Amino acid sequence: MVRYIVTRFCVLSVSLLVASGIIFTMLEVVPGDPASFMLGINAEADTLAAMRRELGLDQPMLQRYLSWLGGMLTGDFGISYTYRVPVSELVMARIWISLPLAIFALILSTLIAVPAGLIAASRRGRVSDWTVMGTTQLGIAIPNFWFAMILVSIFAIKLRWFSAGGFPGWDQGFWICMQALLLPAIALALPQASILARVMRSSLLETLSQDYIRTARAKGLSQRRTVWAHAFRNALIPVLTIIGLQFSFLIAGAIIIENVFFLPGLGRLIFQGITQRDLIVVESVVMLLVFAVICVNFLVDIAYALVDPRLRRP
Amino acid sequence: MAKHDKSGLGKSASGFKSPTSLWIGGALTSIFVVAALVSFLWTPYSVEALNIGAKLQAPSGTHLFGTDHFGRDIFSMIMVGARVSIAVAIVAVGIGILVGVPLGLLAASRQNSFIDDLVMRSNDLVFAFPSLLIAILITAIFGTSALNAIIAIGIFNIPVFARVTRGSALPIWTLDFILAARVAGKSGLRISLEHILPNILNILIVQGTIQFSLGILAEAGLSYVGLGAQPPTPSWGRMLADSQTMISFAPHLAIFPGVAIIATVLGLNLMGDGLRDLLDPKLRRVR
Amino acid sequence: MRKITLLTSALAFSVMTSMSAMAAQTSITLGMQLEPPNLDPTSAAAAAIDEVVYANIFEGLTRYQADGSIVPALAKSWEISDDGLTYTFTLHSGVTFHDGTTMDAEDVKFSLDRARAEDSTNAQKRLFTGIASVDVVNPTTVSITLSNPDGGFITNLAWGDAVIVAPESIDAAANAPVGTGPFKFSRWVQGDRIEIEKNPDYWGEPIALEKATFKFISDPTAAFAAVMAGDIDAFPGYPAPENLPQFEADPRFSVIVGSTEGETILSMNNKSEKLTDVRVRKAIAHAINRQAIIDGAMFGFGTPIGTHFAPHHPDYLDLTGQSAYDPAAAKALLKEAGYSEGLTLSLKLPPPSYARRGGEIIASQLREVGIETEIENLEWAQWLEQVFRGKDFDLSIVSHTEPMDIGIYANPEYYFQYDSAAFQKTIDDLMLATDAGERTALLQSAQRVIADDYVNGYLFQLARTGVANSKIRGLWENSPTQANDLTGVSWSD
Repeated sequence: MVRYIVTRFCVLSVSLLVASGIIFTMLEVVPGDPASFMLGINAEADTLAAMRRELGLDQPMLQRYLSWLGGMLTGDFGISYTYRVPVSELVMARIWISLPLAIFALILSTLIAVPAGLIAASRRGRVSDWTVMGTTQLGIAIPNFWFAMILVSIFAIKLRWFSAGGFPGWDQGFWICMQALLLPAIALALPQASILARVMRSSLLETLSQDYIRTARAKGLSQRRTVWAHAFRNALIPVLTIIGLQFSFLIAGAIIIENVFFLPGLGRLIFQGITQRDLIVVESVVMLLVFAVICVNFLVDIAYALVDPRLRRP
Repeated sequence: MAKHDKSGLGKSASGFKSPTSLWIGGALTSIFVVAALVSFLWTPYSVEALNIGAKLQAPSGTHLFGTDHFGRDIFSMIMVGARVSIAVAIVAVGIGILVGVPLGLLAASRQNSFIDDLVMRSNDLVFAFPSLLIAILITAIFGTSALNAIIAIGIFNIPVFARVTRGSALPIWTLDFILAARVAGKSGLRISLEHILPNILNILIVQGTIQFSLGILAEAGLSYVGLGAQPPTPSWGRMLADSQTMISFAPHLAIFPGVAIIATVLGLNLMGDGLRDLLDPKLRRVR
Repeated sequence: MRKITLLTSALAFSVMTSMSAMAAQTSITLGMQLEPPNLDPTSAAAAAIDEVVYANIFEGLTRYQADGSIVPALAKSWEISDDGLTYTFTLHSGVTFHDGTTMDAEDVKFSLDRARAEDSTNAQKRLFTGIASVDVVNPTTVSITLSNPDGGFITNLAWGDAVIVAPESIDAAANAPVGTGPFKFSRWVQGDRIEIEKNPDYWGEPIALEKATFKFISDPTAAFAAVMAGDIDAFPGYPAPENLPQFEADPRFSVIVGSTEGETILSMNNKSEKLTDVRVRKAIAHAINRQAIIDGAMFGFGTPIGTHFAPHHPDYLDLTGQSAYDPAAAKALLKEAGYSEGLTLSLKLPPPSYARRGGEIIASQLREVGIETEIENLEWAQWLEQVFRGKDFDLSIVSHTEPMDIGIYANPEYYFQYDSAAFQKTIDDLMLATDAGERTALLQSAQRVIADDYVNGYLFQLARTGVANSKIRGLWENSPTQANDLTGVSWSD
């Protein structure tokens, strides 16, 4: 087991190193000079050179890569070119929007999906099953940015129930912030809920068909109790897996929604970083996200291996 | 591979009877495929000629879906936009299949070898990158064009196909007739091509349909943020982006392209479900 | 208030937020499309920086007023020596920075020396390159010596890049600007808003507002929704002219339409193979229907121009007739130039909607005379790299927003690469001319030369379209420089 963990850890380290190389190279070849973006069209050549020096862009490429890598290992993610504050500070500010939004969207989608999937499975083939499945097909097909546009135009512009977007900041009060996150969370939750409801349904049907459930049924347990007591718990495993996958998607994948609702989240931070050629922000934040996903995968692998020794192959 | 429905349940993943969803999905999809094909020969109006005087007209007999802010006919733009969406999605899925399937086959043929590990770890690595942001980066590097949108979407299709291929190929490698072929001295490559591939084709077709519909959505998202096909070629995503500021007084600008995207994706998904039930009842739809 | 409890909680929230906004009539929330990258106007070019800090937080020796005139600011008065080389400024006394330190002649010297230093990162360094020395006479007197007489020097000092800063605080200015203005910086919620508040120790005339918030909304739809919902009191540079009729129809709002210094042009690479021929450039100019572009891209806002000069300037010449819309003439010119089969040109467009929409319209207009275009939409960083520095383009669309910038045509290295000895001489003469009549004649001759040479396609003067709560008074209508000067803003009743 120790050997397995060590090997997997080596794989993890190599993956991270490769990822950092890919990210750095991509940003190195992106055309556009951060200094000239900052100083605009009237900047003189020597001014540009002075700015590049100030940003440390005059250093050779390898040296910048190594100092970036070294910095990250010690928790120093560099200083944003445009904002002139440490990247870690920017990330901390943004993550308190992206994270609650992702959690909010997941809660919403779970609250919708689990009962919907349950109803569909327990009334398989009937009208309610049909309705749930039809709706979820539609929910998967709707682009979330389009749905967001429609939500804004109805609830913010026409009815004026909600403000059209933006984020007041947590110091303005919890409920005001939740209100600001509600429409974006709904827009994000719709496709997720649809997928989840379908997983819930098929996973329930699968467990229901398994032998031990049949046994339980034969023993005389009522249909209702069978569903609730046995199937539900087992059906939750794939559902939880999907929720986990969706969560990592939601953290960085909400970028278009963040744009529609002008929420200053992580996705928009990277997006702005790309357009403003704030390369250090893009590098560090993308690396951070990749790091998080790879680490979660690593932990999941270890957990599986602990449970099931057959999986312990390097 | 035994093909019996162990459960007797879950015959239809979509909730519809499989022929029904196949038919509905097929019909919806064909509408857009036909529209795309016809658009090469004919559209009601030119999508490149602007007529500012006739801008923002509501749907009517002359302009079935109305006109946009430049006075272009939205119906015609949707026809040509279908062409772009479908082409981008098909080629992107094609890239995924052409690169991903051989990788998956290779990994499966040498299970637990270094190559297998390399392929699977690389897959994990690609999955770990936030896809939309990488797509934006790719277009920032190579410029905005339909081709680069294809590449950006295609890259993220590769690990999907590699994983599905490997996953479905592995159980087949343990079957008797493969052992027989091995004993007969056939190479891993030949076995993969002659025996494995035909047996997993069904799964690949179903996965292809799903990826196709995801590709349509991805293209819409990319061109919505301005990274897909460049003007004057219309694209659904960009039509939506252009409509945004006018949605309050000309909602038809947002509704028709939106419905086109939804209908195409819906059609493909229903078709995928139908195909799945038809080709292999044992498969469960998990997305 | 009892009624509110009957409403759903969601409704109650929106009612409460709008109530709190109504109660405070001495605060204002302004919408801006772009967030400033940082708040140091002396080392970055972003217009958004000046749109927050100019005249509000930072002040220079002189300043722009809403009508474009230049008036004294931190300098009470000045004297110019007879040879036009030495400017002696008398400063206001008793001026302090927001951190309590005194503003005196040393700070002026520091600020100007810093801006013209060798390692300066000032985006408009050329404004200061004519300065030979800055000398402190006494704490309220500073004398500046130029190497050559420059009639525009007082105007140069009014730029946002020429504000007076203190050596104690400038290093932190990017995130905590400390100036002498009537507003103090209070906080920045990055990605969302910047708040500033009244400076009680302001040296000048007291202002009416207690607090101002700049809220950043890049998406035009979101901007529309935010104004409609009352989240924002004013959006001076409203990004979507198509929404203005809706605001106009609503009595809660007033629409502000003013002029800017932005000449919007179809820039042509004069050194690109096909465009070296003046007939091709002339053909392009005649193929363009300006009114259709103004209507289609700007929804009617904008004034057609026929040369690179602002129409509201007294020396402006209307030369639009010289490049009137005439597709037949355009076709004939192309044929004459040997392109009877047509030709293909690249058209590289930066992000603003005037460029993206205008580009689609121009592409369709050019197609009608037989010119195909390959449109490529670029981000600003790409545009700067490819078009502006790399000169790798045939056509582009951009609004040149600097005031009185016809001089860029005298620089053969400038991205459209126009190289005309006659024009360069005109500008050289202009630099030395001091007589008003002579200056007018030279400026008009310069306008004619670039119109005659069809250097670029001159499209329209960008309008400044804004929307504000109809109770707000004192916002700038025109935009002589990039600023949201809030010093004269108040709420009526």
